[in-house]
Amino acid sequence: MSEPVLIVRDLVAGYEPGVPIVRGASITVAEKEIVVVLGPNGAGKSSFIKAIAGLVPIESGKVELSGNDITSAPAHNMVRLGLAFVPQTENVFPLMSVDDNLRVAGGILKAKEVPVRIEEMYATFPDLARHRRIAAGNLSGGQRQMLAVARALIVRPKLLVLDEPSAGLSPKFVSMVFEMLTDIRKSGVTILLVEQNAKAALSIGNRAYVLVEGKDRHEGMASELWNDPVVAELYLGQRPTVSKAGGAA
Amino acid sequence: MNLQFIVDGLLTGSMIGLGAIGVTLTYSILRFSNFAHGDFMAWGTYATLAVVSAIGAIFGKVAPIGPLSFGWPLIVAVIIAMGFTGLLALALDKVLFSRLRSKGQSIIVVMASFGASMALRSLLEFLFTSRPTYFSRAIQIAMPFGFGIRITPDQIVLLIVTALLVLGVHLLITKTQTGRSMQALSQNPALARVVGIDVAKVVRVTWLIGGGLACVAGVMIGILVQIRPLMGFDMLLPMFAAAILGGIGSVPGAVLGGLIIGLAEAGAVQLIGAEWRAAVSFIILMAVLFIRPIGLFGVKER
Repeated sequence: MSEPVLIVRDLVAGYEPGVPIVRGASITVAEKEIVVVLGPNGAGKSSFIKAIAGLVPIESGKVELSGNDITSAPAHNMVRLGLAFVPQTENVFPLMSVDDNLRVAGGILKAKEVPVRIEEMYATFPDLARHRRIAAGNLSGGQRQMLAVARALIVRPKLLVLDEPSAGLSPKFVSMVFEMLTDIRKSGVTILLVEQNAKAALSIGNRAYVLVEGKDRHEGMASELWNDPVVAELYLGQRPTVSKAGGAA
Repeated sequence: MNLQFIVDGLLTGSMIGLGAIGVTLTYSILRFSNFAHGDFMAWGTYATLAVVSAIGAIFGKVAPIGPLSFGWPLIVAVIIAMGFTGLLALALDKVLFSRLRSKGQSIIVVMASFGASMALRSLLEFLFTSRPTYFSRAIQIAMPFGFGIRITPDQIVLLIVTALLVLGVHLLITKTQTGRSMQALSQNPALARVVGIDVAKVVRVTWLIGGGLACVAGVMIGILVQIRPLMGFDMLLPMFAAAILGGIGSVPGAVLGGLIIGLAEAGAVQLIGAEWRAAVSFIILMAVLFIRPIGLFGVKER
């Protein structure tokens, strides 16, 4: 395993003080890996990566990105630090054109670099280039997901964090999105994603963690986890959880 | 029907429209109705008056520019006062609105803006008394324009200034990174933070723009009508009606809404009498809310 890009230690986080949704989760993501966080509904997966991205208040624990402590960095500084987050839903600005969505995200780059990066993104995602003047709200679900990823990549992040990129997409688009993620990793970007669609995610991931009730309970190589009896037990054998804020998107 | 109502309506509409830009921006970006916005107008106007007096005290009497009623001191004063009004809005946000906003209930912020409005207004009455005052008492001769319309040189200049300001703000919002950040924040605050937008900075810019334009709108009223501590508060209903008519968040919409209300008011004065003037914006507001609540340029929320 090469140099870790992301180290999360004993993270406790939640929207309200004293009511943690994430209860002491730890993971490590090495350079150029795709790491998948799996778990049953309401396990706190979404809150877990939102806390890493600075969107859910952290009570204790530590988040390190390439050796820098980013535990208390505000969400708007994350892209500058090298962490780009793609939310599950509402991940584009619906009334702005595709062009403007990319441009506003390029705000942290040098002004001269922005048009160059936008063209590079259009070269990677030709389907977006065809719709560059269209309001993002009028794109299809798959195109919107593509725009959200392009928007995150435009700033050349070290780590791309995605919250359920396949949610709400038709099977055709699901495989397209996962192919796209494989290509992105090949280009040298490290990826951390949370997925409900375990089979598809494990097929592209290197390693995976299983999160249950806000804690990391199991870890393994993605290729082995699918047939791992422990995983099946963690998914099925757990007592029914009351899906409170933990399941919130 | 005398066509003079067109000029009168466009002028009233310009004042309403410039004020409504600030209302619509605060509403879409900060998510509350700022009832103190009218009082920013009045404060801007009195600040302009104070600077004009100060310049008069230093440089003596300055001759007006050509056929206009005012000279360079007023232009300098407006620019200084725009900055002052922007800073006043920022200061009010810092001591009052931002603290309440962080508690997350917008109705509390709205009520606070009512209180701030009263305090600001009373403070003006205390400082300058409630007696009306003027930038200039000189009488301007209106030039015939054809079709029975007359227009004064001041009015022509102010219409041009309005057009330029509106164009400027529109370009700022659609073509600059700051403007795109404002749009982004109004459409999806959480995602705005994710893409690296410093929300506090965008909020500051919004107050500065809103305050600055309120000041210009107030000075227009001061030049064309008169200066009173209540001058801005009286514009509140038409401004909100214009912002809602145009579609919340839309700058061209706010201006178009202002012009429609201005023209409707001026037309109503001729057709049904001046005492019904104030009812016009109210009726338009109600009609919009019933027929097309998202306004002319509004877009349906997801």
